[in-house]
Order: sequence, then C-alpha cells, then structure tokens
Amino acid sequence: MPRRTPGHHRDVRPLRLTVNGRLHTVEVAPDTPLLWVIRDTLALTGTKFGCGIGACGSCTVHLDGAAIRSCTTPVSDAAGRRITTIEGLSPARDHPLQLAWIAEEVPQCGYCQPGQIMSAAALLAHTPKPSDADIDSAMAGNLCRCGTYQRIRRAIHRAAGNGE
Amino acid sequence: MTPGRTVSRRSFMTVTAAAGAGLVLGFHLPSRTARAQALPDSVPAGARPFAPNAWIEIGADGLVTLTVDRSEMGQGPTTALAMILAEELEADWTHIRLGEAPVNPARWDRRMTTGGSASVRLSWERLRKAGAAAREMLIAAAARTWGVEPYACRARQGAVIHLASGRSLGFGDLVALAATLPVPADPPLKEAQDFRLVGHPLPRLDTAQKVDGSATFGLDVRVPGMKVATIARAPAFGARLKAMSDTAARGMPGVRQVVTLEPSLIQPQHDSWPTPTPAGVAVIADHYWEAVAARGALELTWDPGPHAALDSAAVRAQFVALAARPGIVVRREGDGESALAGAHRRIEAVYEVPFLHHATMEPLSCVADVRPGACEIWAATQNQTAAQEVAAAILGLSKDAVRVHTTLLGGGFGRRLEVDYVAEAVRLSKAAGVPVQVVWSREDDVRHGFYRPASLHRFAAALDAQGRTTAWTHRIVGPSIDARFGPLDQGVDDSLIDGAANLPYAIPNLQVEQAIADLPVPVGYWRSVGSSHNGFVTECFLDEIAAASGQDPLELRRALLRDRPRHRAVLELAATRAGWGSPLPAGRGRGIAVAESFGSFVAQVAEVSLDREGVPRVHRVVCAVDCGQTINPDTIEAQMQGGIVFGLTAALKSEITLAGGAVRQSNFHDYPLLRIDEMPVIEVEIVPGAGSPGGIGEPGVPPVAPAVVNALYAATGQRVRRLPVGRIAKG
Repeated sequence: MPRRTPGHHRDVRPLRLTVNGRLHTVEVAPDTPLLWVIRDTLALTGTKFGCGIGACGSCTVHLDGAAIRSCTTPVSDAAGRRITTIEGLSPARDHPLQLAWIAEEVPQCGYCQPGQIMSAAALLAHTPKPSDADIDSAMAGNLCRCGTYQRIRRAIHRAAGNGE
Repeated sequence: MTPGRTVSRRSFMTVTAAAGAGLVLGFHLPSRTARAQALPDSVPAGARPFAPNAWIEIGADGLVTLTVDRSEMGQGPTTALAMILAEELEADWTHIRLGEAPVNPARWDRRMTTGGSASVRLSWERLRKAGAAAREMLIAAAARTWGVEPYACRARQGAVIHLASGRSLGFGDLVALAATLPVPADPPLKEAQDFRLVGHPLPRLDTAQKVDGSATFGLDVRVPGMKVATIARAPAFGARLKAMSDTAARGMPGVRQVVTLEPSLIQPQHDSWPTPTPAGVAVIADHYWEAVAARGALELTWDPGPHAALDSAAVRAQFVALAARPGIVVRREGDGESALAGAHRRIEAVYEVPFLHHATMEPLSCVADVRPGACEIWAATQNQTAAQEVAAAILGLSKDAVRVHTTLLGGGFGRRLEVDYVAEAVRLSKAAGVPVQVVWSREDDVRHGFYRPASLHRFAAALDAQGRTTAWTHRIVGPSIDARFGPLDQGVDDSLIDGAANLPYAIPNLQVEQAIADLPVPVGYWRSVGSSHNGFVTECFLDEIAAASGQDPLELRRALLRDRPRHRAVLELAATRAGWGSPLPAGRGRGIAVAESFGSFVAQVAEVSLDREGVPRVHRVVCAVDCGQTINPDTIEAQMQGGIVFGLTAALKSEITLAGGAVRQSNFHDYPLLRIDEMPVIEVEIVPGAGSPGGIGEPGVPPVAPAVVNALYAATGQRVRRLPVGRIAKG
C-alpha cells in the first residue's frame, strides 16, 4: 500500500508561501503535505482531501500555474512558488470554467468539483481549444463518484468556446 | 425554530407570527414510513407534542425560507422540495431560500433520514398542502385588505392580484395580516397542467457555492477550540487491543491526548438504529497531519480475535453450502420444482457479486462539542435522528440536549446512514473536554465500511417444447443487513430480495428463496440496495433464457411483460432510441435490461466491445426512465447519468475482498472508480409521467450491469456470471 510515512522531519520552522497572491509565513514541519497547510493553517477549505495518495485529484491546486496534487506535495516544495487554490482562481468567481460549470449544472454532491475545475483551468491555460482526447488526458486523474463526467466534458468545451 | 404553542392533532398546521418574523408556518401530516427507514416509532403518534414536518417562513421582505428534513448529497432533494413548495405557494422562485435543516430531530415528526430515494416521494403531498395553505392565507389577507372576495384574487409570482382591478400586493406586504388568519385544513391543490415549476428544468439552488470552494462539507467545519483526531482502528473484524505504547506519539508536535476506545454496539432503544464501532486508539492533536504522524508512532499489539481466518474463499464456501439446500421461500407461484422436473429443456446458472464499498469522495468526519449537560454535533449525515440518539445514549443525556447540524454531504450512497463516526467524535470530545473533529483517512474509510453484501444466486429455468419459459427458480444467498435492526419478519430480509422477489415477468411457475449467511462483515445500504445485485442477476439470467430459446432479448421481455405497461414503455423507448436491431460496427454488441425500484422504472441499452487486452469498453448507454410526475427533469437526467456511472464502476471495477479477517483494499489504487476517459456517451429519455413522483437517486443503478454483461455476450458469445467483469479472453 502506498503510504506516506509522516513525522520524519519534526523541525518546525517558518516557511514563506504565496497563496492566491498573498504572502504567508507558516510554521509547520516541512514534510507536511501542502494540502493540510492550505486547509488547516491557512483555513482555505475549498481544496479537498480525498485520498492522500494523489489518486483522486480532489486536492488539485496550481503550483506556478501547473495542476498538482497538494496531498502528496510537501509544503517545503511549494515554498517561494506561486500557489493558486479554487478561492483564488478568479477574484470575482467568474472564471469561464466556473460559469460553464453553473450553465451545465455540473455538480451533484460537489465535493470533487474544486479539484476538477483546477485541473480543467490548467488544461485551458496551455490548450485553449482542447479536444476530447485532451480532456481525457488532463482530467483522468480527477475522480467523481457522483458520475458528473459527461457534464464536466461539456462544461470544458463550453468554457473553451468549442460550441458543442 | 420551535412552535409557539401545542396544537391539536386534528390540525395539520400551526401558524405563528413573531414580531418581525413575518408568516411562519409549521405543518404536520401523518406519514407512511419508508421501508428503508422501517424503525417503528415507540411513542404513539397521538401522544407526541406537535412536531412539524417542515417550516415555511415568509418574511416581510417577501423572501420565502424553507426548512426541510432531508440531506443534500448531490441527489438534489433540496431544490426539488423547494420547487414543490414554491409551485403551490405561487412564490417567486428567485425569492426562495433554504434554511438549515432542523437541529433537534426529536422534535421532528418523522425520523430525519435521507435514503430509499424517498425524499420527494414522502414529501410531495405534505409540501403541496403546506404551500397551498400558505397561498390561501395570503390570498385571504389580500382580499380582506381590499374588501373583496378571496375568489376574485389570484396568487402569482410572489404576489396576490385582484383580477378585476389589477391591484397587487407582494407576499411580504401580506404576511402580518395572513399570520392572524385561520389555517385552511384542506386547501385546493393545483392541477398538473397548471404547474409552472414542477416538471420544468430549473437550476439547482446549491450549484454556485460548489464551484468556488465556499460550500461547507463535513470536513470543512471549524469550531473555536477544536482539535482533530485520527483513530488506529482494529486491523481485523472483532480484533481487540492487547497492548499499547503511546510514549513516542505523545511526545510529537501538536499532540494533546491519546484515547483508547473500546469496541461497542450502541443501541439507544430497542427500536432505534444500532451502531457498532470497532476497538481503536485515537490521537487528538491540533491539526490533522500532526494526528496522522502521531498515529503512525503508536505501538499497538492486537489480539486478532475470532475471525482472523476469514477470507473471501471462506465466504464463498459458506454461500455455496447454503445454496445447495432449500432456503426460505419468499415468493411462490405454481410449482417450480415440478415444472423443472418435467421440463423439455432446463437451464441452470450460478451468479456471484462481491462486497462493495460506498467510496464517497469525502472521507468520513464529524465534529462533536460535548459540554456538561449538552452536546452539539456537526456532521455530513444521512441520519440525523440516529446521530442524536447515539450521542444521547453515549452521554446519558436526553435527546433534546443534543443538537445536530447538517452540512452538505460529499456523497452518501447509504454510507452516511451509519453514525459510527458520530459516536467516535462524541466519545473523544467527552474524553478531551474540547470540541473534537474525527477525520477518517481514505484507508480508514475503505477498510471500515458497511459494505454492500456479497451474494450468490442459483437459478434454474424450464422451457417447454415451444421454447416458452414455464418455470423460474432463484435462490439468493448472502448476509443480512436488516438482521441488525432486530428479528426479521418470518426470517426474510427485504434488502436481500428486493428486485428478485418482485420479478415482473409472467412465468407460470415461479419460486424465489432466500438463505442468510452468518458473517462478521459489517453490511449496510448501498445505492439501490437489493436491486443492485438482483437487477444484475435476474436480467442476465433472463438473457440466458432468451439465448437458449433462440429469442430476441427485447422480444422475450416484451412478451413476458404483457401485463406490465410501465416496464414495457421504458424498454421500448430505450430500444428505439438505441436503434435496437440495427447493425453495429464489428466486435460491438448491444445488451438490454429493465428494472423497477423505488417507485420508478428504468430500462437501459448498452453498447460494448473488448479492447486489444480483452478489457470491456462501454461506448454508449441509452436510458429510459419513468418516475411518474417529474419535479426537476435536469436533476432526473443527472441522477440517471450518475447512477449509470456508479453501476458501471461496480460492473467493471469494484470488489472488496477479505483476507485475515480484514478488508484487503485500502484506497483508490486498489478500489478504482470509473474515470472520465472510460465514460460511455449516456443518453437519457424521460417518459412523461403523471400521478405521484417515483424515486430517482437509486433507480438508475440496477439496469447498468446486466445491460453491459448482456452486451458482452452479444459481442463475444461469452457469458459473465461474476462481477466485476474483469478481462475477457477473446474468442
């Protein structure tokens, strides 16, 4: 079973993190997953805990613009880099993907959707007009137990202006 | 919110007009208890104080706030219930708000549980009457204001209009007077053809908060002074803690306390929900990751207990032995055994399905704040009543002293009907003297579930010389969910036989039997319950009969469903839309299945092929659903899509297996879910229906697995009788 072995580095020391454009100094063990610093230390609960092994995508955030799994990223790896969470995706909460998610009525329980949207946002940032294959490849790491995948695909196409 | 006075049982509503609160209606209707929540109320209804089913509050600002007792876990009941209310109230939909679910389930008139696809079914009538009563009171208030007769006025879009003069008053202007008027006992209900909201697709009320991270799920609850706990639970069913050293763990950063939890079975009263919890050692720390780190540093020695030898082979051996002898007959028509003995041709088959886990995307968690004489709980729960009862029992408090706050649920599917995680939080807050949030890791979640029962099914069918089906016998073997709740009625567990005992096909000799296996594996309700396995096995065995008798699977079903028009209608619609009988690309096959569950009828046609490695690829699923009166068609479509994905995951991927008295799987690497790149195209057709609404959360699940497996047979000639399907050798 893949499992992190926490607690090797108990040397708690200050780390500087830039999250959603704001600089924070946090005092945590450097091997603490970025996810738990975001959720517990910075109180940004939009980023979700799903599996802890990078297998479900619920914890997806952007690190220097790339989608990463914050549950398996030690906070020390993120120090000094640009972190974006769902709360910082769009100040007015009107990112084209967020609007498309609403227009297509994507969410059911909604728990995985912040991670889905963050993965989709990273996809559109470098592939503005994704094909179905592009979507499959970028989104296959984001699980949705409610089964909203068909609407996720439509919403990404809508946000990209693909006119499906 | 509590009613200001007690009212007689004869009135179904009470009205209060607190200063500034506007019109507040609490209403009460006797309810038929759903089977999935079939726990008899110990107190005779007449002896109970007034306890409303729901509240409508109409403010002076015209905003309508609705309080409902059902949990939102994605299946959309909160929007649907608001639509029903707004329809009869003639409210402006943009002025509808949802209030927090009631926090004292003991003062609610029915058990607060969300399950059995029952939210709309059990609230349809009462919400319509409540909305209509409020509407009539607002009309009466306007008529009195204008000095005209009520029949000369109409309510529309949040206002009352005097038809002759065109004068209009908003609901907000009328509430003060309306609150002083009598509550009509039997208000007129709208005709279905006049519905403006019900039956029309509307955006859900909970969508916006779910795309910007602001939605609050169970894990997002933060209470001042709260600490976080993780628990090292017994590594096998029934294992006990023999020895422990927590010295290292206690010395780790952020750790506050280590608490030993004895295994328990809490059943507050003879008629309430029983909650087993395993032995465990909890670490309470400032933050989750500190608690996880310290949990890893605990040195625990376990006595593996009496079930250490249990594995999947032992389970199967017990099933096979039980299947070899007669079980309890749960349905008998004609004489199946004699018909089989004299059959022109006899067909036999054995089907098997595994234990399954719910795998909600949100792992379990609960916050409890235990204080002297009181307890507050925050939980993503499908069972507020059981949460309150288990907390009261643990603490020796009255139920009224326990308040339960319901958050959004990051998936439920039946797992959150259980309140084991609530019991843990209550115990730990009691031990620690501070608010405690218990957080389950994914591994905890997968290994300590209440699993969909594994089962084995033995079938036989008889064909006469003309190829007609003259007998059907089905013996179902599996563990019982309902035995936990007390002695079974005549030894029968409905949750094991649903979808089999009510086989819809007109076969003259029919026998269904049930045999219950005795296993220490916790089992529970899993989306579509008995129909999740019986839909698969019965619809596949029928397909075997069609193949053996050289009949088209659709035509055989149509013939045997001659007296079942709703089954036939969805079958024919799905078949037509799927192009049943039309040519397919080489290597591709079509399969069909139909199932009735939770008051709704669903047929599906799947198109399937094998990839180069022999892995099934589902290309397309066409789904036809008849759920009676529709509320929000967009939610119906979404629930069919979601049910199909849920069912496909079970058909193709999921399996909980046992070794050493424990679950072998632990996370999504070995309990995989369907991914977006494995999605078929799903097309949903809704049959226009009338009358009472049927359920929608679960009925999409049962037909998927048989449609896929029947399609695989059509594509490859190979019959799969065991789930998950896995890899198929190419013929």
